[in-house]
Amino acid sequence: MKLTVNGTEHQVEADPTMPLLWVLRDLLGLTGTKYGCGEALCGACTVHLDGVPVRACVTPVARAERRKVTTIEGLQHHPLQQAWIDAGVPQCGFCQAGQIMTAAALLEANPKPSDEDIDHAMAGNLCRCGTYLRIRTAVKKVGGAP
Amino acid sequence: MRLLCVLMLAACGGRTTPAHVVDDTARSRELFGRMAKVLLHPRCVNCHTPDESPRQGDAHLLHDPPVVRGSANRGVVGMQCTTCHQDHNAELARIPGAPDWHLAPVEMVWLDRSPAQICEQIKDPARNGGKTLAQIQDHLAHDPLVAWGWHPGAGREPAPGTQAELGAIAQQWIDTGAACPPEGGAR
Repeated sequence: MKLTVNGTEHQVEADPTMPLLWVLRDLLGLTGTKYGCGEALCGACTVHLDGVPVRACVTPVARAERRKVTTIEGLQHHPLQQAWIDAGVPQCGFCQAGQIMTAAALLEANPKPSDEDIDHAMAGNLCRCGTYLRIRTAVKKVGGAP
Repeated sequence: MRLLCVLMLAACGGRTTPAHVVDDTARSRELFGRMAKVLLHPRCVNCHTPDESPRQGDAHLLHDPPVVRGSANRGVVGMQCTTCHQDHNAELARIPGAPDWHLAPVEMVWLDRSPAQICEQIKDPARNGGKTLAQIQDHLAHDPLVAWGWHPGAGREPAPGTQAELGAIAQQWIDTGAACPPEGGAR
């Protein structure tokens, strides 16, 4: 099947029910997207389908056919990434690709999110290091907060 | 003879409800009682909630991870229903799924409502999405998301009966006058 990932078209040999995450990591070598829980409960595997966040660990690759897949590798030079550095968000870093992908979708839809908007959007992205306050600070900074 | 006729009319109260109408109303109420056993089942009622969150499980626990309804009953950016839920059950991940997975609008709340209350609101176009009774029957009998209630995946008790049976009961309920059970009637 044909997949368009980060603007590049790929032909992949995969069972249509294979999780998109496996295709991205194992077949295409895009390991920036992480495997966390495998049950859509942690958000580490978040990617975009046509700009909308989905959990790649439970999304069958067939759902991504004829749609634009964006992974953390495709989010080059996004203002969030600098804000993440400035706020010192990552600790162990494992969840951060998923966090940034969700935050990027939020800012695309809502450039100046409130604390509540951020909490609602990011509620499914867990961080075992507890960087939530720094994540909120970084998202608000990109949204124009001082 | 005239006196006998007067006495007979008096005994009947002058105006009577035909027996078949009484029978139909009672039958209709009984049919809705059977429908309510499905409508109030956790597989159905957990997405007919009065607040921001769906429920999970037979104990109607708040959805985990926390989600909010959003303006279209499909979550908010970053946490839409279909961020995680697919159009089918994800058995290995134990995530339920069906086409167009979403919450029922808040005016269609069933959680903690009685069969009598649900019956009245299901007939009210202002609280049923502007549907006719025929459209309600079609929704119950054929909607793929409703169908999930009988195919909820491993570890979840299906709704009673089958979707076809619910559709047939709903049709009989409509055909008998779509009467509602009295408040305090059997759940």
